[in-house]
Amino acid sequence: MAQLTMVQAINLALAQEMERDPRVVVLGEDVGKNGGVFRVTQGLYEKFGDGRVADTPLSESAIVGVSIGMAAYGLRPVAEIQFEGFIYAAMEQLISHASRIRTRSRGRYHCPLVVRVPYGGGIRAPEHHSESNEALFAHTPGLKVVVPSTPYEAKGLLVSAIRDPDPVIFMEPKRVYRALKEEVPEEEYTIPLGQARIATEGKDNTLIAWGAMLQPTLKAAALMGERGIHSEVIDLRTLSPLDTRTIIESVKKTKRAVIVHEAPRTCGLGAELVARINESALLYLEAPVERVTGYDTVMPLPKLEQYYLPNAERVTEAIGRVMRF
Amino acid sequence: MPKKTIKTFHVEWLQVLDERGNCDEELRPPLSDKEIQKLYEWMVLARAFDEKAFKLQREGRLGTYASILGQEAAQVGSAFALQPGDWMFPSYREAGASIVRGLPLKMVFQYWSGDERGSRIPQGQNDFPITIPVGTQIPIATGAAWAAKAKGDKIAVMAYLGDGATSKGDFHEGLNFAGVFSLPVVFLCQNNHWAISVPVSRQTRAETLAQKAIAYGFDGIQVDGNDIFAVYKAAHEALGRARVGQGPTLIECVTYRIGDHTTADDATRYRTEEEVREWREKDPIDRLKRYMGKKGLWDEAYDHKVALESREQVEAAVAEEEAIPPPDPRDIFRYTFAELPEDLKEQMEHLFGSDGRPNP
Repeated sequence: MAQLTMVQAINLALAQEMERDPRVVVLGEDVGKNGGVFRVTQGLYEKFGDGRVADTPLSESAIVGVSIGMAAYGLRPVAEIQFEGFIYAAMEQLISHASRIRTRSRGRYHCPLVVRVPYGGGIRAPEHHSESNEALFAHTPGLKVVVPSTPYEAKGLLVSAIRDPDPVIFMEPKRVYRALKEEVPEEEYTIPLGQARIATEGKDNTLIAWGAMLQPTLKAAALMGERGIHSEVIDLRTLSPLDTRTIIESVKKTKRAVIVHEAPRTCGLGAELVARINESALLYLEAPVERVTGYDTVMPLPKLEQYYLPNAERVTEAIGRVMRF
Repeated sequence: MPKKTIKTFHVEWLQVLDERGNCDEELRPPLSDKEIQKLYEWMVLARAFDEKAFKLQREGRLGTYASILGQEAAQVGSAFALQPGDWMFPSYREAGASIVRGLPLKMVFQYWSGDERGSRIPQGQNDFPITIPVGTQIPIATGAAWAAKAKGDKIAVMAYLGDGATSKGDFHEGLNFAGVFSLPVVFLCQNNHWAISVPVSRQTRAETLAQKAIAYGFDGIQVDGNDIFAVYKAAHEALGRARVGQGPTLIECVTYRIGDHTTADDATRYRTEEEVREWREKDPIDRLKRYMGKKGLWDEAYDHKVALESREQVEAAVAEEEAIPPPDPRDIFRYTFAELPEDLKEQMEHLFGSDGRPNP
């Protein structure tokens, strides 16, 4: 089995799905000859041609809008928005059309569309290239939001996203793109949407993370493990629809929870997770649920981003607080 | 070095039938007598529908409604040029076009009465539900055209829009895409002069909307939007070009919104009675009627019959619509995703009180 980066794993998933299903097309800025600014689509243009791997005008609203029309007509578009900071121009298409055409037409039309979007900080990128705006999409009924955390996860989740009959925002943690390699099977496999996974089992507290935050969270769990505190780490995988059951079962078992996300704190997904834990497991809790998050500020430029982004140290401190409470 | 002109452009204006019903027979599209009568009948039906919708709203039997009064030729003429396999993406002021495409009258009433089942376009009619956010249907229509081209389907797509939409980013993005990829799509712009209270002079400094196509590398034509022959001819030719791979066209139909923006608007606040009167004199139905009279295709008895049948059809549709039982509250949830996630199932249960009845 090959050791792949997340970039390679996503590329493999795209190539295999395009091979399998002629309806799958890739479109976006620089995704063709250039193979994408992160090289995620490298080689697809050569293999499948301009008809199925299309460099588009620099036009985010139309990349998504056109994809909606393609999806309604019967194709399976996989659109790339180059950076999460540029997706705002396409929000109207996502919110007013992609997410609701099934409802509006009472099922006559639906929108099997994947919007791939690299997100998040930690790679010393320019302004508007480091945000973590998943909550905007999770707050939009009718959109599914998927955030893979590792290469293996990315391949299995992307295949499921492409085959899903509804629009999926597939947020790729650019910090993880090349940061780690793991065994990724060449053979087809899928990871169902809407199901979280237990990345590490533990009995003392539950740590909930997704995407790029999984690694610092696992590191914090390992550090605390050396001190005899055993965390259960949940990799959420799909932010909408949420796998509430896995979270609640874990929190009922461990009685303590820490949520880690790099997005701003207020109205971040962590707030929703805390609410759900309170609704379903309040009387099991031995401590208030902690949140380790980005701040309610503008995402800083690279010289300050290490202060903004949660790291293992901040997570271990939060674990300490919930354990001491 | 002297400056030189490297490109010049022109914009064509098309009128076939003037305001007095005089027709340029050389320009007239090859429509049979029966088809001409059909165009007339569709316009009369569209107007009868529109009048009824307005009245129902005033009686509290219909929600807010956007009148098409005055735009019947632009809508009927363009939709009549579409073929059943074509796709159509309407804005929110498209009742006339939608009816010609086959949408049952009762469904148009149903939608405006606040029942989303009115947007479940019947199978076989490749139309999208109407679009409320202005201009956002344009890139979607372009995408459907792209898919048709990719699949090798010899069909065309028509996107309806108004003058206000030409100021939106999606107008630019959608038309630009269509030009770059030479897609089989026709952009049918009804310049009805008003975007709620804002006149077209506040949308653009360009003398025509049609000329905007030039910047995207394809043809734009301005037609008399109250002349159903001109509208049909321009649409028919543009759709024909689209179906054989000759790319997109922008058609600007110069027409006028005789009514208020919607039933919630009062246009006397921002425009003169005199302006409205001038446009009433250019009425699209009267114009075709005069032409048909000269050709022996219209007389009082025929007119009476068409008017009566239209009213009967509209009244029957109202009766049918008002007899439809209200939608199931579960419908709020049912179409969010293909499969209802656990959390939504739980929320759906909250619709019902402890007595098992819906909890409004």
